[in-house]
Amino acid sequence: MTQKLTRALTDPGAGPDPSSGMPDPKRRGDRIFRGFAMGAGITILVILALVATFLLVQGSPALFADPAKLISQGYGEFLPWVLPYAFGTIWAAVLALLFAVPVSIGIALFISHYAPRRLAQPLGYVIDLLAAVPSVVFGLWGSLVLAPAAVPLYEWLNANLGFIPLFSGQVSGGGRNMFTIAIVLATMILPIITSLCREVFLQAPRLHEEAALALGATRWEMIKMAVFPFARPGIIAAVMLGLGRALGETMAVTMILSGSRNITFEVLTSQNPNTIAATIAQNFPEAFGLKTSQLIAAGLVLFLITLVVNMIARWIVSRRAEYSGAN
Amino acid sequence: MSKRIETTDLNVYYGDFRAVEDVTITIQPRAVTAFIGPSGCGKSTFLRTLNRMHEVIPGARVEGEVLLDGENLYGAGVDPVRVRRQVGMVFQRPNPFPTMSIKENVLAGIKLNFNRMPRNEQDELVERSLRSANLWEEVKNRLELPGSGLSGGQQQRLCIARAIAMAPEVLLMDEPCSALDPISTLAIEDLMSELKEKYTIVIVTHNMQQAARVSDTTAFFNIAGTGSPGRLIESGPTDKIFSTPDVKATEDYISGRFG
Repeated sequence: MTQKLTRALTDPGAGPDPSSGMPDPKRRGDRIFRGFAMGAGITILVILALVATFLLVQGSPALFADPAKLISQGYGEFLPWVLPYAFGTIWAAVLALLFAVPVSIGIALFISHYAPRRLAQPLGYVIDLLAAVPSVVFGLWGSLVLAPAAVPLYEWLNANLGFIPLFSGQVSGGGRNMFTIAIVLATMILPIITSLCREVFLQAPRLHEEAALALGATRWEMIKMAVFPFARPGIIAAVMLGLGRALGETMAVTMILSGSRNITFEVLTSQNPNTIAATIAQNFPEAFGLKTSQLIAAGLVLFLITLVVNMIARWIVSRRAEYSGAN
Repeated sequence: MSKRIETTDLNVYYGDFRAVEDVTITIQPRAVTAFIGPSGCGKSTFLRTLNRMHEVIPGARVEGEVLLDGENLYGAGVDPVRVRRQVGMVFQRPNPFPTMSIKENVLAGIKLNFNRMPRNEQDELVERSLRSANLWEEVKNRLELPGSGLSGGQQQRLCIARAIAMAPEVLLMDEPCSALDPISTLAIEDLMSELKEKYTIVIVTHNMQQAARVSDTTAFFNIAGTGSPGRLIESGPTDKIFSTPDVKATEDYISGRFG
């Protein structure tokens, strides 16, 4: 019986005759699916290339224009104009990560390793629900509720920790500052980081968790020995996805921040650098000619920032591939 | 460095299900004790109660007592983490930490206990542990490489080195050779007979030849049927269990006339 089976598997003559001209229906399905999968893969590349081309072509007038022309018909010389916005974009996103990452990892760990199952599941759902809140709503909440409510906190920080440059300066009266943006952005990227981290934490091999526990590790030590090293690439991927969202977030920033164009690390004042996305959104309706090109070129800068961030993430993930959890 | 284990009327439950019933056994120090029996008879479960590793499974609990040289592992105020530092364990599948080097793997347990061990003492301990695990010669030139690059048998010996680096009182081995080839198995068996000079060793095995080869005492576990708890049928010197067991079921199992 076994012999027959191996014959059937190895002997091409035993299956449907390839020379008979009748295509095997199973193989046709295989071909269709392969074509579909390849098509999907190519489509995403094409779309990306199209977007990049659009940004390059439509933005290039501003990139290569005479500075004098940009000053008279546009928003001013390109690099000095875009730099504060690029800074604002990165600064806001980094601050948001600073808030969101520890909290996300904490929640994810609580769900995956600490909470009793009855609590863990509903908590997971609530977190996922947070991802479904539209950014307009976050913007409304941030400007109408959070910003005014946080003013006392900002004043306290300014009074007591004002010697740190971050908290120095004149506190903005309405609370619409970088700090508020960071909190709102953190809330928005929290769900995606949390649910991805939770997934990788749950996949940490039981084998290694038990190895750590059997050596006399406490639960936290076990997590440090067996869960984090395994989850590291996943955590980085999650953080980068969150960062991507924070970098590109438009609506909430537009609604909360009355941004200006100065590079400052002070997070409590009313003089805050705007972000690229919010700048584009605020100026696009009235822009024409060279101004439009300039906004699109700013979009190209945002695109490049995201690209670089992703490449750094790839590099971090691959750096210790030899030590990866797959063995 | 080696202690006697005594259990009295030990019952293990998973939720409401009683997995192991009324096990009373004495495990001698400086000897190898083998647990044999069909799958699902509770021998692995029972083994895990000896270092409280069963508590990792939600809903698992124990009634009765386990005495380690007279000290009850389940007494009030006994920390399971401390128990596991005294009672080492080696698992069915080799599980070195994949992100750690060979050296870091050996020191993994030590890092939990004494944060600051001088470098030369660390190196000494790594060499001593790897030598005891018969692995030193094979890895001495690549201590900084990841442990996951070793063969299965080497990985398992690395796990043994990791366990004995902690200087445990007892070493529990849950089918340590079942994922290994015969040559690696032999290496581990040789190692066991060396290690029993120092440690109390308890091994669960499905391989009866292995039990006969390595153990001084053999305990036979069995279940009456699916859903009923596992019980200790008999235990005694390995020679006796394999030649003239007292219970018919033991003889049937050992001679392969089972079920």
